[in-house]
Amino acid sequence: MFAAETVEAGFFLEHAYLIPLIMAASFGLTLAIGKRLGKHASWIGIASIGACFLFAIVANVQWADYVHDTEHAAEAKSDTDDHGSEDTSDDGHGDEDESNSEDESHGDDEEHSIGPVLPDDVGPTVDGETAAARAPPVEAAAPAVPAAEGEEIEIVPITKTWTWWTNGTVEFEAGMLLDGMAVMMLFVVTLISLLVHIFSTDYVAGDRRYTHYFAFLSLFSASMLGFVMAQNTLQLITMWELVGVCSFALIGHWWEEKPNSDAALKAFLTNRVGDVGLLVGMITLFFAAGQTFDIIEINTLANEGAITHTALVVASCCLIAAVMSKSGQFMLHTWLPDAMAGPTPVSALIHAATMVVAGVFMVARMYGVFWNGLVIGGSSINFLAVVGGVTVLGGAGLAFVQSDIKKVLAYSTISQLGYMVMALGVGAWTAALFHLFTHAFFKAGLFLGAGSVAHSVHSFDMKKDMGGMKQFMPKTYVTFMICTGALIGIFPLAGFWSKDEILAGADQLGSGYSAFMVVGTLGAFMTAAYMTRLIYLTFFGEFRGGHHEADAVVSHGEEDHPVDEDHAADPLDHADHSDHHGEPHESGPRILIPLYILATLAVVAGFTNIPDSGVLSWVPEGLALQFEHLFEPRGGYFPSLSEVGPTGVTFAHPKFDIAIAIGSSLVGFAGIGLAYAWYFKGMGPHGITERSKIAKAGHTFLVEKYYLDHLYTGIIAGGVKGPIAKAVNWFNKKGLDGIVDGAGKSAVVGGKFVYNTLDQKIVDRAVDGSGLAAEGGGQAFRQMQTGKVQQYAAILFIASVVLAGTFIIVI
Amino acid sequence: MDFIQDWGLTAMVFAPLAGVALMMLFPKDADETHKLVAMGASLVSAAFGIAVFADFDFDNTGTLQFVKSTGWIDVINARYDIGIDGLSVPLIALTLLITPLVIIYSWNHFPEPHNPKAFLALILVLHTGMLGTFVAQDLILFFVFFEVVLLPMYFMIGVWGGPERQYASIKFFLYTLFGSALMILSFLALFFLTGGETFNMVELANQVQSMDIARGTQILVFGGMFMGFGIKVPMFPFHTWLPDAHTQAPTQGSVILAAVLLKLGTYGFIRVALPILPEGAEAWAPWIGLLAVIGIIYGALGCLAQTDMKRLIAFSSVAHMGYVMLGIATLTDFGLNAAVFGMVAHGLITGMLFFVAGSLKERYHTLEIKRLGGLLLSAPRMGWILGLCTMASLGLPGLAGFWGEFPAILAAYQPKEGLPVELFRGYMVVAAIGTVLAAGYLLWLYQRTAFGTVSEEFEDDENITDVQMPEWIAWTPLLILILVLGVYPNLIFKITDGSIVNVAQSIAAATGN
Repeated sequence: MFAAETVEAGFFLEHAYLIPLIMAASFGLTLAIGKRLGKHASWIGIASIGACFLFAIVANVQWADYVHDTEHAAEAKSDTDDHGSEDTSDDGHGDEDESNSEDESHGDDEEHSIGPVLPDDVGPTVDGETAAARAPPVEAAAPAVPAAEGEEIEIVPITKTWTWWTNGTVEFEAGMLLDGMAVMMLFVVTLISLLVHIFSTDYVAGDRRYTHYFAFLSLFSASMLGFVMAQNTLQLITMWELVGVCSFALIGHWWEEKPNSDAALKAFLTNRVGDVGLLVGMITLFFAAGQTFDIIEINTLANEGAITHTALVVASCCLIAAVMSKSGQFMLHTWLPDAMAGPTPVSALIHAATMVVAGVFMVARMYGVFWNGLVIGGSSINFLAVVGGVTVLGGAGLAFVQSDIKKVLAYSTISQLGYMVMALGVGAWTAALFHLFTHAFFKAGLFLGAGSVAHSVHSFDMKKDMGGMKQFMPKTYVTFMICTGALIGIFPLAGFWSKDEILAGADQLGSGYSAFMVVGTLGAFMTAAYMTRLIYLTFFGEFRGGHHEADAVVSHGEEDHPVDEDHAADPLDHADHSDHHGEPHESGPRILIPLYILATLAVVAGFTNIPDSGVLSWVPEGLALQFEHLFEPRGGYFPSLSEVGPTGVTFAHPKFDIAIAIGSSLVGFAGIGLAYAWYFKGMGPHGITERSKIAKAGHTFLVEKYYLDHLYTGIIAGGVKGPIAKAVNWFNKKGLDGIVDGAGKSAVVGGKFVYNTLDQKIVDRAVDGSGLAAEGGGQAFRQMQTGKVQQYAAILFIASVVLAGTFIIVI
Repeated sequence: MDFIQDWGLTAMVFAPLAGVALMMLFPKDADETHKLVAMGASLVSAAFGIAVFADFDFDNTGTLQFVKSTGWIDVINARYDIGIDGLSVPLIALTLLITPLVIIYSWNHFPEPHNPKAFLALILVLHTGMLGTFVAQDLILFFVFFEVVLLPMYFMIGVWGGPERQYASIKFFLYTLFGSALMILSFLALFFLTGGETFNMVELANQVQSMDIARGTQILVFGGMFMGFGIKVPMFPFHTWLPDAHTQAPTQGSVILAAVLLKLGTYGFIRVALPILPEGAEAWAPWIGLLAVIGIIYGALGCLAQTDMKRLIAFSSVAHMGYVMLGIATLTDFGLNAAVFGMVAHGLITGMLFFVAGSLKERYHTLEIKRLGGLLLSAPRMGWILGLCTMASLGLPGLAGFWGEFPAILAAYQPKEGLPVELFRGYMVVAAIGTVLAAGYLLWLYQRTAFGTVSEEFEDDENITDVQMPEWIAWTPLLILILVLGVYPNLIFKITDGSIVNVAQSIAAATGN
């Protein structure tokens, strides 16, 4: 469309692909020379991620400029020459030479160009339609999108591609796709990663695998940053799996203990189960979209109705399986709590703020597919929303019965990821991404806060080793409280705005999804309650720890979390930390500063998308909905700009609804109040689990995590590697090999029969010959065994050639 | 350059034999000389190979190059026809790489009963056989080279092998020979069916087309080749020789077996069976696909039940070659390209795994999985290398294994027109599930061998050292290739694509779709 032709993207946008490359280099360098640097090994990673963070910030600023420039250019254009879309699009082709303008012009001329079509085109060219004809003209799209002024102007993503592989003379590419959501993720990932790097220098100081730890942090950052900028689905798969490997390596960081490596394996294998869906889904899309991996093209085609609905449904459902594993959605979430076996900063970075949102991000990235495949705009229930909704409640329920602080947070993460998935399911795209954005900060803050506490008491067990931490760690306490407030959604902290937007979003498409608004509200209630419980157990009451000095080495492992970080604090590994035993104490600056930053963001992040509708209509336009304005894609590859598709309903944005805001806040306070009464004041029927069978059964059901682990680990995994594998092996030995051996043996028997009965009696003369041959053979074998093999090898080789020759001549 | 054009390939193929001849001149106990001669011969061969590649037209990988045709056995019109195209180049390169590395690795690692002279001579003979198979363009020549490989491997297993070497070597020999017998029968049938004029592959393919050989006949003849190549691959249910042979063979034997020998079978399918008998291939494809996916699951389950590390790796070959065969069964360019990539990747990765297993065996004197553990503590570098190889083997994107697996699964979504689509989509899902099982057995292996703590038995074992110099030299090129090919797979796809497109198109044309 018009717009982009005169707008130049800044240097840092054009070259954002350098960010993951820097981190990959950091990985290599850390591994190569880290050992020699000793405890300074972390500096490679910190310097690199710091540079990347600055890079990302500048890229974000340039992105904002880019968006504004595009809008201004478009406005100026439409003012001066009204219906000049044809001219301008031609101009556009000329100007965008930085990304293969030749291919583009081909795309216009050729019929049936299915090859790699450039995303920075006016819109991919398929099936002979010219781009200019197909690109929805602004004038036509405008009435369909009742959004704020300027929203209908297309923002062309910035792309760069290189040849990756070839098949059937078609070249497939790898590259960078940078649009609003990618730029936003660059900021989130680099920031959290940087803070985690800094936090870790204190937290894992003295660890015996300090170097490896930082190396994998770098590799993880590289993969995650590559993931958010992936230009095609194959690259998405690649990075998706690479982050999984880093997660595997870091969960199993202390692999001497079997539970840790078990947790690592569980994480990887559960994710592999989801990956089956990812592979099948992406393959389906590849063929359905005319053999392309290009994300923009697939989405555009899906929005235009050029992909059959069946293919979209199949692909969506398969991809949801992948989301379930990666983003810890219900049924495949079981690996995430176990993943807490890894070092806490890793839990903050990977298993709360970034990697686990990969699934959410993938849905957001392929939203054209999901939107049309699940008919999100035109139904009142769909698979994605149900998965999310169930997860919201299922995860929150389990958070109540954990005594390990990290596991509470893990289940909380699951529940919050459920919110994001649910939001995507009900069509509230921006709300989902906005919640992803705010959640990253306050959840990372909570995890790092928990890490700070655990660093001090050398345990994660809230019931046994914590309590009253408020007095020992006032600074950690304050940041933790702020982040908790944000998670619960207390006005005006970040979570309030994003959660509210999700709830409003459930209501936006003609109240179709109101059931999910109820789910979300109920989730808010539970969140408030379990977080109050956590706060009580950790920061209030009497300090219950301190019994550790006596038996510092003894693992206080409980049945389901024998994993603790004591060996990180093991005197052998942690000589410099031995003085930490004794009274719990506040953590040092390298731990506190990241907490301050994250707590600050937990306060302010919500204002990036402050609404200007309803009672907030006084918010000036320049400040309101900046998140949506800058980061929501605008183009044919996103449902918002597509013409009314097969679903018949257009994409929408929720309006701020004071009733929802107040209602959900009240529910949240009710949750806090009830939990406060129960835990702080000791009110209510305590001990009911002993008295009532139903309550006890419910409690056990929760403690046993809905028995899913028994099903997966015990029945499925145990069955496959136990009886099933053994049966196959038995069949191999007795069945197949039995046939082979049987054939051999019967040949020998047959031979003996021929020799003894036929040969001996009938063909007498041949006997001598065969006897000689046998003897000769025997001798040859004996000599061979005694070491003259070389000669016989040579002789036999020659013999085989002669034999082959004879054979040939005989026929 | 004329010499290279005319005789470069021949020199490359027979240089190792010249080395063997040279070695015969020296007495048995001149170990160092033998090592140097063997190394020299393999390097000369590699040098000729490089010279040929330097002159190879990489923009035109679809056409046969360096074609040389001279009379050989005139009675039956069998000729010495050789030539290479994009399909052979990666496999020749793999062979040229693996053999010198195996010789380097052997430097101080000769298995009992030692005897470097014989051992190295056998390796060189093998080398000639493998290279010859990849350059032969005449069926009889192909068959001779294909069979030449058999004997040295038989002796390697039978003489330098483990405790059950006799059984394993005989089984290997007879089983493969059985397949070969059926294969030569098919070759002869083809020869006579087309009028007894030629054994040249290209001409045979043309004649089969022009003479319109009946579909039923094609199916029968293809069946014979299927047995020959399928046993070599090996495909389920003809795989049972493989775990025994691999487990009993000395490390060097296992590496060559895994890295190159198994590929002779899959190469045979793409080079010989598919282009000459497209209709037969089409009829067989669903069955090949079925056996391939059974192999994927069956191999993986078999792996989970193994208690010996080497046997586990051996079994994993059954699963991995299942992906290669699935790719071939689709008869599409995606599938065939994936198959060739899969061959190379499997060669590098499983070759490396066998190297590591061999080195572990030397240190621990056992490969029983439950006795191992804590490798990352006792030999951290070795542990890392094993980790990288298991990740590559389970098909992690970014490492070579992925590019053999993913496009094969992809191809099964849309096999060649005329093949049952729904069936192949079912295969696709099963193959995708196979990736979960692959991750399962490989990571479980890694957990039990590398993670955890060192068992008491080996706690203070001086014998358990980290990676040694010959190992570094032999392994580094493989590790680098695993990484580089994983990141930039075009290095192989670009070469193979030309000839693969030809094969796929000729099949499509011949089967009327």
